[in-house]
Amino acid sequence: MTQLEVPLNTPHISDHKAWKLKDYFTFNIDHKVIGIQYLVTAFAFYLIGGLMAIAIRTELATPEADFIDPNLYNAFMTNHGTIMIFLWIVPSAIGGFGNYLVPLMLGARDMAFPKLNAIAFWLNPPAGLLLLLSFIFGGSQSGWTAYPPLSLVTAPIAQTMWILAIVLVGTSSILGSLNFVITILMMKVPSMKWDQVPLFCWAILATSILALLSTPVLAVGLILLLFDINFGTSFFKPDAGGNVVIYQHLFWFYSHPAVYLMILPIFGIMSEVIPTHARKPIFGYKAIAYSSVAICVVGLFVWVHHMFTSGTPGWMRMFFTISTLIVGVPTGVKIFGWVATLWGGKIRFTSAMLFAIGLLSMFVIGGLSGVTMGTAPFDVHVHDTYYVVAHFHYVLFGGSVFGIYAGIYHWFPKMTGRMMNETWGRVHFVLTLIGTNLTFLPMHELGLQGMPRRVAMYDPQFISLNQLCTIGAFILGISVIPFTYNAINSWINGEFAGDNPWESLTLEWTTSSPPILENWEVLPVVTHGPYDYGQIHDESSSVTEAVS
Amino acid sequence: MQKVPVSLWTLLAGMIISPISIWIGQNHHLLPVQASQQAPLVDGFFNIMFTIAIALFLVVEGTILIFLFIYRRRPGDNSDGTPIKGNLALEIFWTVVPTVIVVVLGIYSVNIYNQMGGLEPGSHPHSHVAHVSGTAIAASMSDGSQSLVTPNIGIGGSPQTQGKPADLVVDVKGIQFAWLFNYPQTSISAGELHVPVGADVQLNLSADDVIHSFWVPQFRLKQDAIPGVPTELRFVATKPGTYPVVCAELCGGYHSSMRSQVIVHTQEDFDSWLTENQLAQQQRKPQVVAVNPADLSTSEFLTPYINDMGVSAATLSQIEK
Repeated sequence: MTQLEVPLNTPHISDHKAWKLKDYFTFNIDHKVIGIQYLVTAFAFYLIGGLMAIAIRTELATPEADFIDPNLYNAFMTNHGTIMIFLWIVPSAIGGFGNYLVPLMLGARDMAFPKLNAIAFWLNPPAGLLLLLSFIFGGSQSGWTAYPPLSLVTAPIAQTMWILAIVLVGTSSILGSLNFVITILMMKVPSMKWDQVPLFCWAILATSILALLSTPVLAVGLILLLFDINFGTSFFKPDAGGNVVIYQHLFWFYSHPAVYLMILPIFGIMSEVIPTHARKPIFGYKAIAYSSVAICVVGLFVWVHHMFTSGTPGWMRMFFTISTLIVGVPTGVKIFGWVATLWGGKIRFTSAMLFAIGLLSMFVIGGLSGVTMGTAPFDVHVHDTYYVVAHFHYVLFGGSVFGIYAGIYHWFPKMTGRMMNETWGRVHFVLTLIGTNLTFLPMHELGLQGMPRRVAMYDPQFISLNQLCTIGAFILGISVIPFTYNAINSWINGEFAGDNPWESLTLEWTTSSPPILENWEVLPVVTHGPYDYGQIHDESSSVTEAVS
Repeated sequence: MQKVPVSLWTLLAGMIISPISIWIGQNHHLLPVQASQQAPLVDGFFNIMFTIAIALFLVVEGTILIFLFIYRRRPGDNSDGTPIKGNLALEIFWTVVPTVIVVVLGIYSVNIYNQMGGLEPGSHPHSHVAHVSGTAIAASMSDGSQSLVTPNIGIGGSPQTQGKPADLVVDVKGIQFAWLFNYPQTSISAGELHVPVGADVQLNLSADDVIHSFWVPQFRLKQDAIPGVPTELRFVATKPGTYPVVCAELCGGYHSSMRSQVIVHTQEDFDSWLTENQLAQQQRKPQVVAVNPADLSTSEFLTPYINDMGVSAATLSQIEK
């Protein structure tokens, strides 16, 4: 598989039709085009959401509300969270990498339902547009959680647009997930045994099942909210017999699993990047595959830990304390597995590997703080404080965003046929690592000391730590520049990559870069596992043997 | 041959990491002053978790760094690493050990939470009849009764005080963007919470407009005030002083300005504060306001409360803006 320069494989490369730039703006049903559409659109929203974060941190450089109006601050805060979750991490990790890689890794020619796939993507841009246009009406200001009654009484038009946007991306997520489940279950190349399925595909399978089970519940909650705002119903109006706590249950039943939607595909990326660049088989394939399933199952029963100070009785807080603590175990198993994969390797410090290692080291911090917060007695102190903000940014920025970067550096050569510049990659990594820790580490202490989250003003005693966070945020803002430059410049002028620049063993590297239409002229035959590094030397050509 | 040094290294690492984590776990000074009976419980629990977390952090990050150094690719070496695909014993070990840790933490957290009073809220015989009818809220500033139902959500009495009435009951109401404190036993209302040190205090939390969350960081206690769902927070303040009361749940544009104070007095100071305020407030007739807050602007809604809260007209117009 590492030998794609062998003549056997070369002739077809010349006769495939390359996609033009304009093809990416059309209703295209090629999974690779859709994958790149997802990634690029999501990255654009990442930049928009990032600008909102910069505005938030600028406001918080001083204790007074002196930079933007507090209502606008709340709108930025709400839409920062919403965009980063629903229009950056979820669509890039699942939609982007999932669509691009799953068929290639399984030896399939496309997704099971290509048109459905394109429809799922095209639901995203209008959703993003709705969110941006909602700023004309003040922007949704009730946080990404949109708890009633606040969401019922604040900026109702913007809130309605927000709900419609989330329902659109939710629909997209359901359609996409259905497609992934069927593709993974039905379309892998016959010669691939189940224990040869790449871990990324296992992760996407677990993610999709989770999305299918939980997303409809969020949709229900949001549609009831929409009716309360616009059509005079009173599901969540306490003065007319409604119950606000029910909304929180509906919301978190989806939105806790949503954090796994944002991290499981990233775990999948880790399980591909680390073995390839450490030149080692993944340590404990089965443990890592099954732990995704375990997270998926247990993750459905932990949602009340977001409600430990809400209208929940003591027994419920205790039950969900214990289930929350248990969900830490399969995550730990994965982390230990990746660390053990490094053991005995020949680690190549490529940009992809640097980001993967960065993820590993920071996800540990986010995981440990998560365990502390998962217990009701301690959460009663830190709930809704900056400690929580610190935790979920370590998990979502130190985790998911680092993972997306690792994935981009790793698969950019496959997607574009060109290498990214490694020097700029290192600059990007160092800036991002410093910026992340400077921004989010002090937030733990802010929360413990008494600073609540979602505030535009704060007690002056917290000023110095907040200024550190703000400096960190600016560094993070700057860190995007070398990456964006590198990506665009490499796409146009980068060194040609060849089929398999990382000498990786998964199937996507057996075709040309970028892959031809329908991926292979003749489907590959799988003769070894996806991570058999150190075992296969000169027999890899067997993988690319023709089968008609 | 290889086994012996590895286990020795492990032992050495354990001998270094354990005291470091225990020391950091006990001396981190990350938390503010402890001012309630629950605070030492929460902090003690946090310190245990923090100790374990520091140890795990050092082990995992240390291992990563050591592996990155030892197993870095040497220039010119394009070969692969050792084909090790797993080790069942090791995998069982690192599944079982965290499982044991989290199960023990889980059981221990139930114990701590019970001592904090979290398992038996609402177990007090004290209950007030309220003057609430329909959607119009009759919020009386001087009789102070707000809770229609005895709260059974929140933090209740500790195992020692369960079933006994609290020494002092205060009805706490969150509004956009202030806290109102009514003392039903003495008909006092205030914009700040005054409690005597060492007394068993029960706060009945309520809200009509949106969800607020009552948090005193120095007490390590927080409970949402939820429209339609009465909640409570019961505590014993242990250290005289003035501590912030913070709204921790996003409640609108000026959420961050929704702050007040809790003043923990000595018993004598508290008694004199009580007497002064009873005298002052007896002069006034009960102000009954029948309002539907949804129909009112912020300033109209706040007007009846201005005097009690000590809010100036200037502040109010600031909020309005």
